[in-house]
Amino acid sequence: MADVTLRKVVKRYDDVEAVRGIDLDIADHEFVVLVGPSGCGKSTTLRMIAGLEDITDGDIMIGGDVVNDVPPKDRDIAMVFQNYALYPHMTVAENMSFGLRLKRYPKAEIKTRIDEAARMLDIVELVDRKPKQLSGGQRQRVAMGRAIVRNPKVFLFDEPLSNLDAKLRVQMRIEIKKVHQKVRTTTVYVTHDQVEAMTLADRVVVMNHGRIEQIGTPNDLYHSPATRFVAGFIGSPAMNFLPCRLEDVAGKLHIRLSDRISFQLPPRRAARYQNVGRTEKLLVGLRPEHIAEAKSHPEPGIEAFDAVLDVTEPMGMETLIYFTLEGAQLCGRVNPNAGARDGGPLRLAVDLNNMHLLNEGTGAVI
Amino acid sequence: MVDVVFQPSTVARAGSVRKRASLRTAMKRKSTAAFLMTLPLILLIAILVIYPAFYSLHLATLNKSMQRFVGFGNFEFLFRRETFWLVVKQSCIFAITAVVFKALIGFIVAHFVHNIPVKGQRKWRGMLLVPWVIPPAMSTLAWLWLFDPSYSAFNYTLSFFGVGPISWTGDPDWARFSVILVNIWYGAPFFMIMYLASLKSVPDQLYEAAAIDGANWWQRIWYVTLPMMRNIIAITTLFSLIVTFANFDIVRILTSGGPLDHTHIFATWAFRVGIEGSDIPLGASVSLFMFPILAVAAIFILRDITKRGNEA
Amino acid sequence: MTGTMVIDKAAPTRKVKYGSISRDRTWALRWSYFFLTLFVIFSLVPPLYMLITSLKSSAEISAATNPWWVFHPTLSNYIELLTSNQFLTFFRNSALVSIFVVTITMLISVPAAFALARMRFWGSATLATGVFLTYLIPDTLLFLPLFKMFAAFGDLTGIQLINRWYVLLIVYPTLTVPFCTWIMIGYFASIPKELDEAAIIDGASWFQTLTRIFIPVALPGLIAATIFAFTVSWAQFLYPLVFTTSTDQLVLPVGIITSLIKGDVFNWGQIMTGALLGAAPPLIIYAFLMDYYIAGLTAGATKG
Repeated sequence: MADVTLRKVVKRYDDVEAVRGIDLDIADHEFVVLVGPSGCGKSTTLRMIAGLEDITDGDIMIGGDVVNDVPPKDRDIAMVFQNYALYPHMTVAENMSFGLRLKRYPKAEIKTRIDEAARMLDIVELVDRKPKQLSGGQRQRVAMGRAIVRNPKVFLFDEPLSNLDAKLRVQMRIEIKKVHQKVRTTTVYVTHDQVEAMTLADRVVVMNHGRIEQIGTPNDLYHSPATRFVAGFIGSPAMNFLPCRLEDVAGKLHIRLSDRISFQLPPRRAARYQNVGRTEKLLVGLRPEHIAEAKSHPEPGIEAFDAVLDVTEPMGMETLIYFTLEGAQLCGRVNPNAGARDGGPLRLAVDLNNMHLLNEGTGAVI
Repeated sequence: MVDVVFQPSTVARAGSVRKRASLRTAMKRKSTAAFLMTLPLILLIAILVIYPAFYSLHLATLNKSMQRFVGFGNFEFLFRRETFWLVVKQSCIFAITAVVFKALIGFIVAHFVHNIPVKGQRKWRGMLLVPWVIPPAMSTLAWLWLFDPSYSAFNYTLSFFGVGPISWTGDPDWARFSVILVNIWYGAPFFMIMYLASLKSVPDQLYEAAAIDGANWWQRIWYVTLPMMRNIIAITTLFSLIVTFANFDIVRILTSGGPLDHTHIFATWAFRVGIEGSDIPLGASVSLFMFPILAVAAIFILRDITKRGNEA
Repeated sequence: MTGTMVIDKAAPTRKVKYGSISRDRTWALRWSYFFLTLFVIFSLVPPLYMLITSLKSSAEISAATNPWWVFHPTLSNYIELLTSNQFLTFFRNSALVSIFVVTITMLISVPAAFALARMRFWGSATLATGVFLTYLIPDTLLFLPLFKMFAAFGDLTGIQLINRWYVLLIVYPTLTVPFCTWIMIGYFASIPKELDEAAIIDGASWFQTLTRIFIPVALPGLIAATIFAFTVSWAQFLYPLVFTTSTDQLVLPVGIITSLIKGDVFNWGQIMTGALLGAAPPLIIYAFLMDYYIAGLTAGATKG
C-alpha cells in the first residue's frame, strides 16, 4: 500500500512558519498536485515527505508507517527535481541505475528496468550519452527515468517543467500523464502553474501562506471554489471580481453591480442566497467565459448590458475583451466575429447561473 | 512493469519519545561523520603548527642549553646586537621592495598578455610562468652561477659595453640588489597569473563605456581596472608579503647572509644562530620577531578586504 | 587650409587627421609583443643557462670562453650524475617523499574539504577560514621548535626522527594540506546542492556521495591540488636542510647543494646538470598539465 498521509504537519524556520498545520490524505495510485504561489509552502511540504527537511511538528506516514525520522533512502520514494540534478559525469544509463547499483541489484535486473523505462520515455538512443549532450526535455525524461526504475512507493515531482519552454512544457505534461497511466505509482507533484495542476491531477491541493485553501478534483475547484483565493487562482484568464449588493426588488432577489446595472437572480441562485444580509459587503465572481456577447435569444439567467471595450485580444478561436465597470477591469470571452473592437461598444451578457457570491471580508464563497 | 518483491517495512508506528530519541541519533551521525572527516586536518594543524608556534614562545625564554629560564634575556641580548637591527632593517627592505616590484611587474605583464589575441596567450603565459615552476633552490643555483665572481656570464656580456665587472655577491649593496632581483624573478609570475585571471573577469562593457566617455588608457586603468581588482591585489600582496618576508632559500643559497651579514633576513639568521650556532632559544627569539610584523600586515589588509567586501 | 569646409557626401573622402582605431591597435600589439619578448627572455635566461652549462665539460668552463654558447657539447655531466649512486639516492628520496606526501595530503584534504563544504556542523565556518590562516605562520618560524620537538620525541620514545627522510612526511603536509583543502572546498562548493539531494534519495551514504559523485565531478580540482602538493613537496629546501644531514637521507635540493659544492671547488657543469634534473619533474608536469597547474593557483583567488 502506498498511500501518503500528512497529519497536522508544521515546518518552522527560526520564527517563521513555512507550513502551518497541514492535513492531507493521498490514496494509493493517486496523482495529487500541490499548487500555489511562491512561498506558499508547497515545496517545503514535498521536501518533508521526501525527508530532505525535518518535520517540526506533526506526522507523515507512507504506506501506513510513520516516516518522520526515516532517512530518505529508506522511505522508498523517488524525486524529480526542477533542474533535473543529473550526475554530469555519468551516462544516462548510469544516472538511471545509480540508486539500484547502490542497493546492489543484480546486473540483469538493472538492465531490464533501464530498458523498460527508456522505452516508456522514448530515450532508448540516449542511454550512452552524458547529460551535457542532451536537451532540456531529454534531461527531464532521464530524470523521470531515474525515478521510474526505482519502482518506489511514491513519486515526488518538484516543479519539473518550470525550466522548459512553453511548447516543451505541453509535451512533457502529456508524457507525465501517460507514464502515470502506465505505472500508476502514487504521485505528489508540486507546481505554481495552475494549468499543470488542472491537467495532471486526480486531486488538486491549493495552498497559500503555509495552509491548505481547498482540496478537490480539478472540476470541483474550477466550478465550486471555496475561497476567493482559490476562485482567483484557478482558471486562466482569472475570475472577475466585482463588488455588489443583494437587494429585493418586487419580491425577487436582485444583485446590484452598479447604479445602472441590477440583475434578477435566477431561481436556484436566489434560493441559495436568500439568507444573505442585504447590507453585507459582497463580491460577485464571474469567469470570463460567463461574460460573452449578448445573443439574440436570451436564455434564463443570462442578463445583458452595454459596455465600452478598452482592449481586445484576438486569440483566434475566441477574442478576449477587457472593459471597465465601476472602476474594476473585467475580462470576457466573445466569439471572434462578435464585432469586438478596441474602444468600441459591445452588448455583453453575463451568465448568472454560473456566478459565485463571496463575502468580501472573509473571502469565503457562499 | 517489473514487479519488485515487496518487503513489509519493519518500522513500527512510533510514539513521540522514540521520535525524539532517534532524531538525536540522526543528528549525531551527521555531525560525528563530519567531525571525523575534519579530525586529521585539525590534528595536523594543532600539533604541527599551533603547538610549535607557542612552543617557540616558550623556547625563546630559555638559555642556550635550555636548562634555565631567562625570561626576556634572549630578547635583551638581541636588542643590543647591531646585527639584529641590521637583520630587521634588511628583512623589511627586502620584503617591501621585492613585493612592490613583483606586483608592479606582474600587473604590467598581465596587461600585455591580456592585450594580445586569446589564441596566442596560452604559450606566452606558459613561458612566463616558468620561473615559478622551477624549484627556487634549483633556480637560485643558476643565478649563483650567473653571478659567479670569476665566471659571471653577466659580467662577460657587460664587458662588451665597457662596464666593469660587478661583484654581484661580494659587494654589500650589489648583494642586496641581487637577492631582491632573484626574488622578483621568481615571484613576479605568480602575480602575473593572478592578475591575468582577475583582468579577464572585468567585463568588457566597462571598458567600452569608459572609452566612449573619453578615457585614455591610463584613466581606464585607474578608474576601471584597479577598482575591480582591489580584492585580488590585496590578497596577493598579503600572501606575497608573508612568503617573501619569511623567505629562506634564495638568500641562503646566493649569499648565505653575507657579505658580512649584509643580506641576512630573519629566516637565514635564525638558521645561522639556531642550527649552526646550536642556540635554539636564541634562534627562536629571532624567528618570533617575524610574527608581530606579519600579524600587523595581515590585520591591515584583511580588514581592508572585509570592509570592501561589505561595501560591494 | 583656409575657407569653410563643406561636407560634400559625393566627394572622395580624405584621410582622417585624428587617431585611427586600427592603427592604434596594431601599435599597441607591437609594443605588447616587444615587451613580452623582453620579459620572456628575462624569465628564460636562467633555465636556458642551466642547460647550456650542463652540456659543457669542466675544461670548457674553466677556459672561460663565451659562457652563452657551447662549443664542444658533451653529455658527460649527465652520464656521471645519472650513474652516481648518491645522486640517484637523492632522486629516489625526493620521489618517495613527494609521492607519499601527495597521498597523505589528499587523504586529509579531500574528506575535510567535503565536510567543510557540505556538512554544516558547529564551527565549520570558522574552521574553513581558520585553515587558510595557518599560512600566516611560516615554516621559517616553525622549523626551530619542530626540531626541538622531534629531538625530544626521539629521546623519549627511542624512535629516531631527526635525520630520517620519513620525518619529512610528517612536516610537509603542514605546507600542502591547508591550500589543498582550500582549493577543494572551492570546487566542492560549486557543485549544485540538488546533486546531493538526488544522491541522498538514490540511497547514497555520505561516503558514497563523496566518492561516487563529488570526487569525479570535482576531478579538475583534485588534479590541480595534487600537482600543487607535488610541486611544493619536491621544491622544499628548509625543512630537509634542518631535519636531514646524512648523505643517504637527503632529498634532491639539499643533496645537490651540499654534496656537489665541496669546499672551494665548484663543479659547475655537474651542479647545473643536477639543478636541471632536479627541476625536471615539476617542469615536465607543468608542460603537460599547465592548465590544471594554473587552475589550482587561481582557484584560490576566483572562488575564495
